[in-house]
Amino acid sequence: MTTAAPVEVEQPRSADDFDLDRPWIVIVWNDPINLMSYVTLVFQKLFGYTRARATQLMLQVHNEGKAVVSSGTREKAEHDVSRLHAHGLWATMRQD
Amino acid sequence: MELRIEREGTGVALRLPANEQALVRSLAADLVETLGEAPADPSLRRLTPPAYDDDADEKGYREIMGAELMNGRVQALELLAATAGHERLSGEEAEAWLRALNDLRLVLGTRLDVQEGSLLDGIDSDDPDAAGLAVYAYLSWLQEQLVEALSPD
Repeated sequence: MTTAAPVEVEQPRSADDFDLDRPWIVIVWNDPINLMSYVTLVFQKLFGYTRARATQLMLQVHNEGKAVVSSGTREKAEHDVSRLHAHGLWATMRQD
Repeated sequence: MELRIEREGTGVALRLPANEQALVRSLAADLVETLGEAPADPSLRRLTPPAYDDDADEKGYREIMGAELMNGRVQALELLAATAGHERLSGEEAEAWLRALNDLRLVLGTRLDVQEGSLLDGIDSDDPDAAGLAVYAYLSWLQEQLVEALSPD
């Protein structure tokens, strides 16, 4: 037996390889105009969250300045952002 | 003050006095006009926040969604103006009111540079923006009632 040259092990994948797998996240940012009760209702209506969950997210937006409200494929994130925009919420999306 | 909006079946009961009907009709008509004739007006910026950081992605998003979002806004504002005198709104009409009232608040609030807690101390009658702030407070009062009426138990 000899020591063969080591078989090339799998190279660490470059960041690009992950692009298709990494989910997109939808972020809602705090603003001084939208009513807290309205933001909670929009989260319930668009995402089917319970009032408790929607309130928690609204408070996170209010207290911390932003919250991730949904995630998924780029298409899903874009759909969610557009519905939030239709309701006047300050929403953006980016790959996580 | 007597409530203007309350839950009724799957929609809401609405009772705006004539002067308030005239006010919301005029606000809605003004915003529809601005959206059509001065879409770059800085007071409209809160209606079209960017979806993406990347300029090319954002351009693509605007090309796909921009017109649909704009049409939705105009339709909701026109529905608000057309139904301001009604005694009840269907669930669908009430949803349009929710978005239209919010758009009116976003644009007026941007013009007035409203900050969190701006109205907590009431409105100073010497403030040159007093009339605008009073309208903003009125719209917020209506919106709270509509949200309450539409919020699931």
